[in-house]
Amino acid sequence: MHHLWLIPTIPLAGSMINLLFGRRLPKIAVSGVAIGSVLLSFLWVLNVLSGLGGLEEAHIERYFTWIQSGDFNVGFDLMVDRLTAVMLLVVTGIGLLIHIYSSGYMAHEEGFSRFFAYLNLFMFFMLILVLAANYLVLFVGWEGVGLCSYLLIGFYYLKKSAGDAGKKAFIVNRVGDFGFSLAMFLIVVTFGTLDFARVFAQAKDMPVEAGVGTLTVICLLLLLGATGKSAQVPLYVWLPDAMEGPTPVSALIHAATMVTAGVYMVARSSVLYLKAPLAMDAVAIIGLVTAVLAATIGLAQNDIKKVFAYSTVSQLGYMFLALGVGAFSAGIFHVVTHAFFKALLFLGAGSVIHALEGEQDMRLMGGLRSKIPVTFATIFCAAVAIAGVPPFSGFHSKDEILLAAHHHAPWMYWVGVVTAGMTAFYVFRAIFMTFFGSYRGHHHPHESPWVMLGPLCILALLSLGGGYIHIPHFLEPLFPLAESAHESTLVYISVAAGLAGIGLAWLMYVAQPGLPDAISRSFRGLYTLVYNKYFVDEIYDAVIVHPLRDGSRSVLWKGIDEGVIDNVVNGVGRSARNVGSVLRVMQSGYIRSYATWVVLGSVIVVAAISFLGGSR
Amino acid sequence: MLLNMILFLPLAGFLLLLFFPREQRGAIKTTALLVSLLVFVASLGLIPEVRNAPTAMSYETNVSWIDYPPIRYHVGIDGLSLWLVILSTLLTPITVLVSWNYIQKRVKEFFAFLLLLEFGMIGVFLAMDLFLFYVFFEVTLVPMYFLIGIWGHDKRIYAAVKFFLYTLAGSVLMLAAIIYLYNRGGTFDYPILLEMLRNGRLALSSTEQFWLFMAFFFAFAVKVPLFPLHTWLPDAHGEAPTAGSIILASVLLKMGTYGLVRFCLPMFPGAARDNAPWIVALAITGIIYGALVAMIQPNMKRLVAYSSVSHLGFVVLGIFSFNQLALDGAVYQMLNHGVSTGALFMLVGYLYERRHSLEIADYGGVATPAPFLSAMFMITMLASVGLPTLNNFVGEFLVLQGAAQVNFTWAVFAAVGVILSAVYMLWMYQRTFFGEVSEELRSHMHDLSPREWATIIPLVVLMIWMGTGTQTFLPVISASNERTLEQTKTNVEFQVNASPSLSSQVKELLNVR
Amino acid sequence: MQSMTSVPLSWYLILSAILFALGVAGFVIRRNLITVFMSIELMLNAVNLSFITFSYQLKQVDGHIFSFFVMVVAAAEAAVGLAIILAIFRNRSSLQIDDISSMKY
Repeated sequence: MHHLWLIPTIPLAGSMINLLFGRRLPKIAVSGVAIGSVLLSFLWVLNVLSGLGGLEEAHIERYFTWIQSGDFNVGFDLMVDRLTAVMLLVVTGIGLLIHIYSSGYMAHEEGFSRFFAYLNLFMFFMLILVLAANYLVLFVGWEGVGLCSYLLIGFYYLKKSAGDAGKKAFIVNRVGDFGFSLAMFLIVVTFGTLDFARVFAQAKDMPVEAGVGTLTVICLLLLLGATGKSAQVPLYVWLPDAMEGPTPVSALIHAATMVTAGVYMVARSSVLYLKAPLAMDAVAIIGLVTAVLAATIGLAQNDIKKVFAYSTVSQLGYMFLALGVGAFSAGIFHVVTHAFFKALLFLGAGSVIHALEGEQDMRLMGGLRSKIPVTFATIFCAAVAIAGVPPFSGFHSKDEILLAAHHHAPWMYWVGVVTAGMTAFYVFRAIFMTFFGSYRGHHHPHESPWVMLGPLCILALLSLGGGYIHIPHFLEPLFPLAESAHESTLVYISVAAGLAGIGLAWLMYVAQPGLPDAISRSFRGLYTLVYNKYFVDEIYDAVIVHPLRDGSRSVLWKGIDEGVIDNVVNGVGRSARNVGSVLRVMQSGYIRSYATWVVLGSVIVVAAISFLGGSR
Repeated sequence: MLLNMILFLPLAGFLLLLFFPREQRGAIKTTALLVSLLVFVASLGLIPEVRNAPTAMSYETNVSWIDYPPIRYHVGIDGLSLWLVILSTLLTPITVLVSWNYIQKRVKEFFAFLLLLEFGMIGVFLAMDLFLFYVFFEVTLVPMYFLIGIWGHDKRIYAAVKFFLYTLAGSVLMLAAIIYLYNRGGTFDYPILLEMLRNGRLALSSTEQFWLFMAFFFAFAVKVPLFPLHTWLPDAHGEAPTAGSIILASVLLKMGTYGLVRFCLPMFPGAARDNAPWIVALAITGIIYGALVAMIQPNMKRLVAYSSVSHLGFVVLGIFSFNQLALDGAVYQMLNHGVSTGALFMLVGYLYERRHSLEIADYGGVATPAPFLSAMFMITMLASVGLPTLNNFVGEFLVLQGAAQVNFTWAVFAAVGVILSAVYMLWMYQRTFFGEVSEELRSHMHDLSPREWATIIPLVVLMIWMGTGTQTFLPVISASNERTLEQTKTNVEFQVNASPSLSSQVKELLNVR
Repeated sequence: MQSMTSVPLSWYLILSAILFALGVAGFVIRRNLITVFMSIELMLNAVNLSFITFSYQLKQVDGHIFSFFVMVVAAAEAAVGLAIILAIFRNRSSLQIDDISSMKY
């Protein structure tokens, strides 16, 4: 026993303390509890991992039976293998940095203790998710992080848009969860268990499915779940709106950890996916479509957090591409490096927003390079990392993915390269609009405190050097290294695309600032389409939300419920009353008339008896 | 003895309250609370023995009530009824506390009716004689009718009459079926009838089975309520006082589903299996339909009422899947729904006590003046939505999993309801609790009082307990369900259960006939 | 054991029938509540008379018992009925039965 349960439970305890007593504690104690609990959890992860040594085999701990019915049995089981180890380090490590950052960022906000309570609760569920040893416990974490995401997006609940965004995130995720739960049902029907070890052991012996078999259906349903959580087409719409939450939340939940849960889950189920090539193709294509679509939308956004949000969606698309072409370890590698540089981008953006007292529109920024130099330097590190400039972290992981994609289907590589160029363009567009040129706003920018800058610096180091932590190698026992093309030309091409994107951004936003307007004018239709995110939200509204709401109101409620069913019920009552209204004419109210009826009746009865001869 | 005490204490409390002078409101309330608490504590004492033998009848009492026709006072408790009884005894003291300030007129009658209602509810779950069951089934109608009709909102008379007539129409058919069974079998005693049906001494033709099944099914389906027999529910809930809504949703609806499991399946297994497809279709329709209609309700209580239609659809789906997992889930879901929907109605009632409106549009931003009320509402809402580690998830999961094993399409359609439940609950929550609070609303809103805490905490604790520590509750249910499913297997020799008094009764019966 | 001097059975029955018919007529025709009430008593006593007659004729005690029952019921009825009439009179200061017609639709 290595007491794995302590890893998630410590943040849970922190969360409970802050929920119950946080309002009465001073802020320093609140953040102390929150940061301390994550730190302890992080240390415990290190302790467990060092205690477990090489982790050649998965280490499973079983605690108690959760649900037992008939011969179906699910326990609260946790496990650690190399995949979990990577995720644990990312979640607790990045989580710790972001907790520290938040204590500075949120210092002047209402609901300080509530924020940290939610954040710790998120850590609890996220750790449950990655530690789970069966699908149902994973689902607990899965839904739990969704809940925390809902709570934190809606943190500024006084704003209607925040409430809307939280609700949207939860409901869209529910659609994904619908797929996930159906997949679980099918797994139980097929394998009789939800335990990872037992499911995968059985699946290993099954043949690769040529057409659409059970495993393919399971994998596609799991994929639906993953598209919800990891913001892939068609369920990506919630993530950009999720930026309503405080910026550290965007960094932790909507960039570094929670949104990669889908990638983790697919990688975890790799045994199933390898038996279902059709589902693999679906994963790759969804990833690719998402990567391109989100990157194009990102080109035209003006809100700094929205740019990074679409960038996240796009990068998640990359990860799915990796999974879909069978390069699971490359996908997880990108999860890790992405966690470094995207968390940094968001935290840096947070620092900018903090400096400008809440301004998020890049058109009202500019020239901040000299005013907040540390923020600029760190965020610049993240930008070169995500742009795939060698030898920084993004280069390594993106390259693994693109090479694997080329081996699978060359056209995927080319689409990926174009996307990489766009990525470099919009990230540097953001950098240039924010930090270069002259200041266009009317605040007095000030550098953030060191409690915020410290985490930025650590993350900057990780973004720059993180690529040398060779995760695919570490994951080799789980995922055999995917065969990939090893042609240096391909590497040069993708690097060139990234550099071209940076150069174009330089040209348009530093050298020739009038160019963007000219371009957007000459391609007005296309620009409007991209600027408005291809009107996907509007289409969903018109096709799903409104028909459902109006149909429920006019057809189901007013029509069937009140019009048909209640009409029948009340009709029965009415007809009884109608019959009664005929009969009640006899009820004159005059006793003498009643008496006459009585007498008449008895005369008739007596007469009838005497004529017919009653029973004797 | 313990069981009879639990059953008759509320009745005694009811009679006792009638002798109180009506001015002594405090004494009346305290007495009602003490009696109901005593019953609750006593009912906890039932657990160990039922745990030991969940499939057999424990604490059985079987004496003659009316000599001719031979109606017996036959009560007992097993794994199926145990938690439902405890749910009833738990909710009664809670509703007494909930109504503490809410009820201002006719205080004495109100609390007397609550205790009478408890008597009826417990009796329904304990009765092992069909006629006795029918009596208890109807006994619950009367106090509920008055609870809605006297202490309800504006349209209370319409709602009360609708409630009464709807359910009465159903149960009258059941009475006819019971009498028919008596004419054929010569007894009202349920275990004996079941035994006779099993060993062929009472052979029903398939037509007879069908009509008897339909009569029982109709009575219970109205009570559940199963789509399309549900329209009394929104009216009854919309107009009932808080305590009435809690009891109605948490326990009275369960009498329908309990009846299906206890009587419909074992007595008419053939007909139940033959008719399962369309019943399941109705259940799934109800799940989706209830959720969709709940989504656009402007009135909170009606919203929760329609959500009950949706949730109870899961229970019926589970029952008619004829599968261990689904049936376990269904029975568990009865308890879950009792706890979480009861809590929802309670919290809606607390909002009503403050603002005197049930329209969602009259609220907004409640989270600011009443953070703890909002937090409790949030947990309850999440339980109702089916978040894992909270109670409803376990029930829904088992039902859907069991249904998926029988027919995967059922699970697909029913799972849509899980999505929709999030839609209507979150939307309601957002409109009620989020946003800026108006000055007028702020002046009405205050956070939970200690009494209100005392009512909500047990339920919230139960939500978490039932969501994680299912092993406290499920094994008993599972065992008794296994027996029920065994009984529904047609053409299988019926296993006489271990109760010794049963076989002696059968002998006695054989001598008499 | 009929003696020749005794009054024939039919006479009693005719008297009873006349009394009953009178009672019915009064019950239907009269408008004063008290009178109506007395008519009811008259009908009861007419029935009593025929009971006693048959009892005497058939030498059985049943008829006596029944007539006692009727008398007890009549006495109770008188008490309750008069009380109701009093209450009505207090409420409406009228005993005309046509005035009391609120029990209609």
